[in-house]
Amino acid sequence: MTSPLQQKIKITGPSVVTANRTWDGVVIYRTASQGWSTDLSDAAIVRAADEARALLAESVADDVGAVGAYIAPTSSTSRTAARWSPATCANISGARASPSICRFRPKVSFHVRI
Amino acid sequence: MYAYDEIDRTLINERVTEFRDQVKRRLSGELTEDEFKSLRLMNGVYLQLHAYMFRVAIPYGTLSSEQMRRLAHVARRYDRGYGHFTTRQNIQFNWIKLAELPNALADLAEVGIHAMQTSGNCTRNITADQWAGVAPGEIEDPRIWAELLRQYSTLHPEFSFLPRKFKFAITASEHDRAAIKVHDIGLRLHKNAEGETGFEVLVGGGLGRTPFIGKTIKSFVPGRDLLSYVEAILRVYNQYGRRDNIYKARIKILVHELGIEKFAKEVEDEWLQMRDSALTLDDADVEDIRSRFTYPAYEKLPHMPDELKKAAHDPQFEAWRKNSVALHKVPGYAIVTVSLKPVGGPPGDATADQMDAVADLADKYSFGEIRVGHEQNLALPHVARRDLPVLWRALDRIGLATPNVNLVSDIIACPGLDYCSLANARSIPIAQELTRRFANHETANLIGRLHINISGCINACGHHHVGHIGILGVEKNGEEFYQITIGGRADENAAVGTLIGPAVPYGEVADVVEDIVEAYLALRARPDELFIDTVKRLGVEPFRERVYATR
Repeated sequence: MTSPLQQKIKITGPSVVTANRTWDGVVIYRTASQGWSTDLSDAAIVRAADEARALLAESVADDVGAVGAYIAPTSSTSRTAARWSPATCANISGARASPSICRFRPKVSFHVRI
Repeated sequence: MYAYDEIDRTLINERVTEFRDQVKRRLSGELTEDEFKSLRLMNGVYLQLHAYMFRVAIPYGTLSSEQMRRLAHVARRYDRGYGHFTTRQNIQFNWIKLAELPNALADLAEVGIHAMQTSGNCTRNITADQWAGVAPGEIEDPRIWAELLRQYSTLHPEFSFLPRKFKFAITASEHDRAAIKVHDIGLRLHKNAEGETGFEVLVGGGLGRTPFIGKTIKSFVPGRDLLSYVEAILRVYNQYGRRDNIYKARIKILVHELGIEKFAKEVEDEWLQMRDSALTLDDADVEDIRSRFTYPAYEKLPHMPDELKKAAHDPQFEAWRKNSVALHKVPGYAIVTVSLKPVGGPPGDATADQMDAVADLADKYSFGEIRVGHEQNLALPHVARRDLPVLWRALDRIGLATPNVNLVSDIIACPGLDYCSLANARSIPIAQELTRRFANHETANLIGRLHINISGCINACGHHHVGHIGILGVEKNGEEFYQITIGGRADENAAVGTLIGPAVPYGEVADVVEDIVEAYLALRARPDELFIDTVKRLGVEPFRERVYATR
């Protein structure tokens, strides 16, 4: 399979890099301070292919902390998630992923285009 | 139930130790994700949209109450309190943490459960008729042969890196509940003219991107030759199966491209070289496996006990009994299907509390045994008919007495885009909405047997191709659309459904299904003509007209 870094990157709007945290698989976002956050509002926003490639490269380099990094266009420019964040949903006692607002759907809501 | 021997227990425990070390090295950075991926997949660990997913094998769909309680424990302690029973007699936990997985695996190993053969390009979990050993008219219990295949194929060095995954299913009944015709190898136990028991072997069935119904490669293979014959098939596949294109790597493509006659000749040539080898099974081998299966000490009980006569006056009980209770091979007993399809619920999901409760009910009413079917329901295989009323009330108290088995709301659905990283569209909310639309039991009963299958992508984990109504999620310009097929079926007359027209948006799927069902009710020749038979008689055109006339 082609490495994410070798794939052609097309950016059509504001985008973030998302991945899963290695030890527990929780969805995380790359921040501007070269770290990760579970809150989409902390994510570094990129708007050009070169920026996205660089952000993805540093994300993929963190092989211990995160897994499966990819670029995901956001649906909002206001840095707020279109739905509740995974962190919020995770805190709902006994949540079974059934509340639709917790159904984070990157391909549809973010229209991944790598 | 099958009792594992020392070899099995050692194998499972060693796997836990190995995996614990692999996870430790991954979390420390000693192993990269690329290095670790194949190791985690060998233990059923996938990375999905929100978290890791842990798939656990339930070989031939048989669980003890103790094993079910341990699954509940894993759901409660390591996940979010529920699990999802799949279309291949597995259970998936969707929120598991990698760091805790070795402990979960160790807890499961204590009761003989593991996650081997649930992922990777190996022989996957061997599946069987969920009524195996109890269905009337069955040739013999197919699980004995499934267990032989499990032992033979587990960690088989030659077949651990096949061109692609490889799935077996086995049945010993006339009516196929194991969907053998849509498996890489399907096995049907039957007797030849001399009264000898053997197998009809089908090959090259499968769904996914390119669906094929399996073809009979040999109409009778004696039991003693089962392992050598399937090994011959696997060898031919391993040699000629494509490894350059994942979409063309399954055996069904090889069988299709070579043609069944040429493929069969290759297998025959291979088999003749190895037929009389160490793989030949003698009676003692089979008896050894058979002896490790324990069967209930059934009592002599009446077919129509007083308890059942009395309960028959309760229309709610009768509604449940008619759809959920099947004849057992032993008079006085019944097979009870436990619906995991509540109105508005995700198909195939069970909470930890429900799993514990089913385990208790199995101990009380089913000799401690539970089955898992590919339709994503459970079954209690040995229930005394006198206990049916009290069992029904107990199931009802825990939300597991929905009287919809085999009806329109008994939907098969993959996890879809709510969980799966491969999906293009959601499956679960479509299923939930359809169960609400058809929540009225009188309506569902009027419609009769109708299987709806939903997949969130072309990989077809929801077996949409073989649903009487099949729903396939696709993506169009970033929006969820759904293709609708009708006329598919997964039984002994398996067929791939026919597309009725252009894909419809998410918001219209339930309306379209209602239109199809309404058309069926108007078109059926008589009240007992099933949906699938009406489609066969009339073709898809009348349904297409009904659906698209106003769209």
